[in-house]
Amino acid sequence: MIDFEPSEDQALIIETVRQFAEREVRPRCREADESGVPPQDILEAAHALGLVANSLPEAHGGGGERSALTGALIAEELGWGDMAIALAILSPGLLGLPVAEFGSESLRKELIPGLIGDSFVPGSLAIVEPRFDFDVYHPQTTAKSDGDEIILDGLKSQVPWVEGGGHLVVIATDGTALGAFVVARDAAGLSAEPDLNLGLCGLPMVELTLSGVRIPKAHRLDADDSAIRSMINRGRVALAAVAIGTARASFEVSRDYAKERETFGQPIATRQAIAFKLADMAIEIDGARLLVWEAACAIDRGEDAGRLARLAYDQTTRITLQVSDGAVQVFGGHGYIRDYLPELHLRNLAGMSCFETLALI
Amino acid sequence: MAIDFELSEGSQISQKHYHEIAVAQMRPVSRKYDLAEHHLPTEWVDYWWKTGRKGPKDKSPVKNDGFITVCLQAEELCWGDAGLYLRMPTPALGGSAVSAAGTKEQQKEFMSAFREEGGHPIWGAMAITEPQAGSDSAAIETTADWDPETEEWILNGIKIFCTAGEGASTVDGGFVVVWATIDKEAGRGGIKSFVVMANTPGMELIGCEKKHGIRASDTATLRFENCRVPNANLLGSSEVRKKGPTKSGDKGFKGAMATFDASRPIVAAMATGIGRASLDYLKEELERGGITIRYDAAPRDLTAIERDVIEMEADLRAARLLTWRAAWMMNKGKANNLEASMAKAKAGLAVTKITQKAVQLLGPIGYSKKLLVEKWMRDAKINDIYEGTQQINQLIVARRILNYPSAMLR
Repeated sequence: MIDFEPSEDQALIIETVRQFAEREVRPRCREADESGVPPQDILEAAHALGLVANSLPEAHGGGGERSALTGALIAEELGWGDMAIALAILSPGLLGLPVAEFGSESLRKELIPGLIGDSFVPGSLAIVEPRFDFDVYHPQTTAKSDGDEIILDGLKSQVPWVEGGGHLVVIATDGTALGAFVVARDAAGLSAEPDLNLGLCGLPMVELTLSGVRIPKAHRLDADDSAIRSMINRGRVALAAVAIGTARASFEVSRDYAKERETFGQPIATRQAIAFKLADMAIEIDGARLLVWEAACAIDRGEDAGRLARLAYDQTTRITLQVSDGAVQVFGGHGYIRDYLPELHLRNLAGMSCFETLALI
Repeated sequence: MAIDFELSEGSQISQKHYHEIAVAQMRPVSRKYDLAEHHLPTEWVDYWWKTGRKGPKDKSPVKNDGFITVCLQAEELCWGDAGLYLRMPTPALGGSAVSAAGTKEQQKEFMSAFREEGGHPIWGAMAITEPQAGSDSAAIETTADWDPETEEWILNGIKIFCTAGEGASTVDGGFVVVWATIDKEAGRGGIKSFVVMANTPGMELIGCEKKHGIRASDTATLRFENCRVPNANLLGSSEVRKKGPTKSGDKGFKGAMATFDASRPIVAAMATGIGRASLDYLKEELERGGITIRYDAAPRDLTAIERDVIEMEADLRAARLLTWRAAWMMNKGKANNLEASMAKAKAGLAVTKITQKAVQLLGPIGYSKKLLVEKWMRDAKINDIYEGTQQINQLIVARRILNYPSAMLR
């Protein structure tokens, strides 16, 4: 039966995360963007809320309540606070969720408890490669068997690299199919260079060179091509949800500004040119959010959500750029100034067209 | 309660049922009545009156999605043919007005004929727009004067763009709900709606418009010249609320405007049906040409056509979900003025673009009258105009999100 109302539990989580985003995350977003690192105390505080831990398996100390929909609701609220900090907060899931789903018992035992201990430990996943024609389903990073080991070679970019992480998941091809491999950050043959981008500056990222990186065979996750595709679908829904939150923030600040800023003796919000732009933002945000929810529900029902996740992600990519650009425009000259949020939102959301699996739910 | 996107079993049965009607009853005569404008589509009207209005036979599952199910019916039947949908013998918007503002007695008196077995097809309609006033419905000039001797209201004025107005004004048993002012000085506070039964002396059908699309639908011009209606046909109270800053000042007008909160989701669903017709056909034609949309291809690997189709599909789906949300709020008894306008604004524009893009992508066959794709483009455009233009709905959304009264944003 069609319903648009979050459950009571979800409503409670939304409210908790919303307050956290408002009190803790939002006030620090500019600081994170300018300094290039997310505030450690915020990451610790978020960790204490157990947002990622809750979706990790009970057997290893997690909450055992993984839901793509609940994850999307959380992601939106965090994204409303700040996109970069949100992705840093969610980063343990990049390692923890694939390991929980596809890792061997011993790998799970080895890695998951570390992610839900007393302090925040980031995770990471390397999927994007720095080429204009990058195809997520056909990476050039290779994995070759060599006895009891696997040798990884290739170049990855946009790899989240929040300080303090131990392992990451690398997506590569074994020549016939996609594979996911757990690699230690300090593995020999792995070198990381800072990857600076147009936006998401508050989320440290690296370009990762893998030259002859050797890992034990047991560090290949038991995820075949279609499992990795569904992981990518989850990533799209998660990231779209974060972006919806950021676009909502963009809409809200420009709406409020438009009610204050006056031209010719009246607030600019009383002019149709501005008011209609704001109306369109609100409509598109709501429409895209519903697409995200719909895709998340399909994931939770165990259906192949490829098409719905694609529709939701593409729509979100399109409309969040439109919304954040519109917000800069509503602010006029002030929108171009780094004292205000719209330019930050615009830079962050402009990356939606090239991001891949920067969060998982 | 929990967020859920699966239709209940009852809704799924409805959806399938109306889809089959669209395929079997509407599509075969779709072009015929696009060409035969101003001719009654008798096959369809008779079918609906005798069979269609009874709904699905299998009513065993009690659960459906309430108002969403109504939207599904609109979507499926407009996937069939939007012009024919508007020509169905039903109370239509006239019925919505009576339901929204009428007493129990009035609802029984005016609506029961639509449920009676046998008889002949009848129509309901609503007449608001005038030559000088469309979007600004508070500026209408049609008057209703009280005659204390006969206790009747006397209507005078011209109404245009009255959907289903030919059937509703000329076939006994049907009715037109007419908006008129009983006190020009009072502005919106003086605007009331009156049920005028078909063939009431003084109501004259001047003619029907020749239109860009939805040609099977009768869009009438009606003239009211000393047209007398009994007091019992006034919907709501005759009390004139004074102009002024108080919110209650225009309750009657607002009540009448509330009809739109129910009708806009339906119009959005109708629009979605036309857009889907276009998109479904486009995808079939592409598949015949060896092009299957690859939802899992890398973005940079997609062809221009695939990109377009994915965007059309996402837009259409967003419109549909916004529509369902507005309808779901009605089920819950929640105020949905904002959400209804959001759905209507999104759907109206989305399907206008989708149907135009389908014509463009299909090239000469899209433009040709051999197919219905060109017709759907014409049919779709009205959805961004009637029941509040794109701009009127933007205005409503904007006022809501800014928390501005209408005086602040016009």
